[in-house]
Amino acid sequence: MSLRPYAADKRTLSFADKLLEVNWGLVLLICMIGLAGIAMLYSVANAHFQPWALRQIGHFTLGLIVMLAASVIDIRVWMSLAYPAYGFALLLLVAVDVVGHVGLGAQRWISLGPLDLQPSELMKIGLVLALSRFLHGKSVEEVSKPVPLAIGLAMIGIPAIFVVLQPNLGTTLIILADGCSLLFLAGLSWWWIAPTLGAVAAAVPLAWRFVLHDYQKARVETFIHPEHDALGKGWNITQAKIAIGSGGVAGKGFTQGTQSRLNFLPEKQTDFIWTSVCEEFGFVGALALLVLFAVVIFYGVQTAMSARSQFGRLLAMGIILNFFFYIMINGLMVMGLIPVVGIPMPLLSYGGSAMLTVMFGFGLLMSVHIHRQVEIPRHSGGII
Amino acid sequence: MPLFDKKDKSRYDTFTRRSVGMGAGMTAVFALLAGRLYQLQIRDGDQYMVEAEDNRVSERLIAPPRGRIMDRFGVELANSRRNYRVLLVSEQATEGVARALDTIGKVIVLSDQQKRKIQHDIAMNKKFVPVPVAENLTWDEFSRVNLHLPYLPGVQCDLGETRDYPFGKELVHILGYVASVSPQDIEHDDDPLMSLPGMRIGKRGIEKKFDKKIRGSAGASRVEVNAYGRIIRALGKDAGEPGEEIYLTIDREVQALADQKLGDESAAMVVMDVNNGDIIALSSTPGFDPNWFNVGLTNSQWHDLTISDHKPLLNKVTSGIYPPGSTFKPAVALAAIEAGIATPDYRVTCNGRITVGNHTFNCWAWTTYHHGHGSLDVEGAIKNSCDVFFYETARRVGIDRIHQAARKLGLGAPTGIELPGEHSGLMPSSEWKQKTYKQAWQQGDTLSVAIGQGYVTATPLQLVQQTARLASGKAVSPRIVHSVGGKLIPRPDVTKLDVSDEALTRVRSGMNRVMNEGGGTAFNWRITEPGFEMAGKTGTAQVRAYSQEEHARGITKNSAMDWKLRDHALFIGYAPVIDPKYAIVSIIEHGAVQAHPHVAMARDVMLMCQQRDPSRMPAAWPVTNSASAAPPWVQGAAQTISPQPVKAGG
Repeated sequence: MSLRPYAADKRTLSFADKLLEVNWGLVLLICMIGLAGIAMLYSVANAHFQPWALRQIGHFTLGLIVMLAASVIDIRVWMSLAYPAYGFALLLLVAVDVVGHVGLGAQRWISLGPLDLQPSELMKIGLVLALSRFLHGKSVEEVSKPVPLAIGLAMIGIPAIFVVLQPNLGTTLIILADGCSLLFLAGLSWWWIAPTLGAVAAAVPLAWRFVLHDYQKARVETFIHPEHDALGKGWNITQAKIAIGSGGVAGKGFTQGTQSRLNFLPEKQTDFIWTSVCEEFGFVGALALLVLFAVVIFYGVQTAMSARSQFGRLLAMGIILNFFFYIMINGLMVMGLIPVVGIPMPLLSYGGSAMLTVMFGFGLLMSVHIHRQVEIPRHSGGII
Repeated sequence: MPLFDKKDKSRYDTFTRRSVGMGAGMTAVFALLAGRLYQLQIRDGDQYMVEAEDNRVSERLIAPPRGRIMDRFGVELANSRRNYRVLLVSEQATEGVARALDTIGKVIVLSDQQKRKIQHDIAMNKKFVPVPVAENLTWDEFSRVNLHLPYLPGVQCDLGETRDYPFGKELVHILGYVASVSPQDIEHDDDPLMSLPGMRIGKRGIEKKFDKKIRGSAGASRVEVNAYGRIIRALGKDAGEPGEEIYLTIDREVQALADQKLGDESAAMVVMDVNNGDIIALSSTPGFDPNWFNVGLTNSQWHDLTISDHKPLLNKVTSGIYPPGSTFKPAVALAAIEAGIATPDYRVTCNGRITVGNHTFNCWAWTTYHHGHGSLDVEGAIKNSCDVFFYETARRVGIDRIHQAARKLGLGAPTGIELPGEHSGLMPSSEWKQKTYKQAWQQGDTLSVAIGQGYVTATPLQLVQQTARLASGKAVSPRIVHSVGGKLIPRPDVTKLDVSDEALTRVRSGMNRVMNEGGGTAFNWRITEPGFEMAGKTGTAQVRAYSQEEHARGITKNSAMDWKLRDHALFIGYAPVIDPKYAIVSIIEHGAVQAHPHVAMARDVMLMCQQRDPSRMPAAWPVTNSASAAPPWVQGAAQTISPQPVKAGG
């Protein structure tokens, strides 16, 4: 493939062109998952639209609009907005420590009218945008040089510190995973990666001793020995496993999940919504939903690899990895494979912030897809 | 500087390569998730289904109705009545349990002791379990609580059932009572009902002995519960088994008279059918109202019950042990006749005193009138209750033959009545003394036993059994429960007593003359209605030994002593004299006075009992009692051995 300037006609796609370019198959997939989530919220509320399903329809509809709007905006505009978005998210993140109110024992929210905004959610998108923008200008060699690497790590580390102080371990892990994945994809040398992995492995015991909060340690301990405290802290894991397991092959049927209906499941509408899916639709239903997720991710990876700009590639891959990390951590958590950390299941769990950021992320992904032919010079900074 | 160069190509390749690698990683994670789903839902699905069902379904116990207790004619002696009660659900008491109890305490009376007990009950149960706060409220109290209900969060008014004893203290020593379950009770009984709040179990008497039968078995309602234990809906119900009903052999009418006659004395009376052992009446006074225990006894009530020297908590008929005194003399007479010593020609002359070894023993006649009874045969000795005759005769017979005869009459062993806590009394023998005291039996010991003092003791129940055996010639044993749950209480066949008819006839004749011949010790208290004549034997039991000095000073006169030191007054009797039907024992503790009230009350009860004749009236119990029909030999034997009634004053 020859390296040549992008064609002038690709620079100006009409609005109609863009709408045609939207991957409507992906939109359909997302709608299917979103509707499944709304249906589950209806079910866990004992077959009522209140208090969650109806509001989630609103969240999802708003999310669809945000997604489509984001998708038709030129990728270079997003590139220009990358740093301001990051800065804005960081500002909110700092603000949340000041004005945020307490939710579930951790300060994570800012109330913006009817919406509880979770800056850490925005930060994930902001970080992916900003890091993609930054790494877009760096060659493989430059990525591994100390100064750019230090800057990249600082971009990851600063929000990570604020999020972990909230404290929100799950989101911190996702931010770190997103950021490090982008550095890796941008070509970070194995000479950096291998020793770092070793150091992390060595640091885990120290983190246990000095960094983790008591409730976080309790979660890990409970995870390792849930049977020690089956009615106390082990309750969540035990009941989640019972819900999933009792679904069997075909499930108990829509709205027939006893574990969720009778409140044996904790946080059934948010972090543990997946268990209700498993309980009511069984192995068949849960596997089908997993396949839908996998197809979305496959599409995202494909989009990343088909984009012609490094920014687009990194952005698409960052977005889809973020989506993947949600699924992985939530799935492993509710199925009892890792300790409980507060991470929702994307598109399924109740919540406006998470829904909007995920949908916004898909918007950016589609923007990359629509503008996949747009080539952006390494030293360009966007078009604004 | 060109817009794009090799560096771009290089990093695009790196990106693609590493993306593919991450894609592979993501695929692996998805495979892991799917594998975990398989593991939980398909491999272990059945097990988790069971666990989910366990979560969902909870069994709530239903207390079965407690079985009624009836007398032989179906009169309800223990049943259930409405119980207006107030319950508290602690999780709904928004201001805390202590606060809630204080508020209730303003509407109805709650003592600090009750409050502590309620707090304890609440701590023992889950937060959503209603715990009784007050029970057996009057309609007034109950309506007051209902009126204030809006201001009493967590309080529920409830109409339950509670045990009721319509005749109060009259039958308390037969029925016993029910009371709350104690922690010790739970240890020995794994019935799930035991942990039910407000559960009552039998603590004494029939209620205790047959508790498991009367209690019934727990029913259960299967309900769907949520994670907090709140009931969402009912799934099914099993009413359980209601408690079994018990028919006693008691006749409430006779019982009422017996109880009324005893009054407030520390006394006991028991009436028994001599042919089959049915206890017709069994009264021990003073009693107490068993309903107190059900409602919850106050400290002062309990204190009064436990410190009273009249021992209201003791069933004196089964568990009170007394020296039988002269009521033991018929047994000694029987032994003497059986031993061939007291032949019809055998006579002993009573000069008022007898000296054995270096001890002089007085006849009661000497102590009272300072003369003896003169020459007496065995019947005359019974009639006059001559101590000297029995001293001398017992000396000749020896303790072991007396022991043998007394054991045949049932002394010295529990009767096996269906009541808890029966005492076996004591019928000594030389072997017993050697074993117990490592001492040889002394002749003086025999002489004490001869007049029912010394080592020998018996319960009123044993005495009535002895009397019934003498009267019927059958080895009857007392029984008080006829049927449980429609099933007869199995009992061995009544066999003929292993005693010669001649001996029985002569002892009966003596007992007949006690009452129906002028000069008999109980002649003044005889039944004069023709056909209802009673035979009997009086007795006085010393509660302590008198010194020679006291005898000399005449201080043995009971009225001159503290109540606690006075002699017990005993009476045994049976009636009618021909073909006896009923035996009776009456005892008034420390009640030995000339007026013989214990004989008078026995006379009244026996007359009423015979006129009413509960044994011949059709019983209400649901099964036919084949054992109560007399075996064929009884009729003939009774006719041959029964003495003719002696004309009064003859």
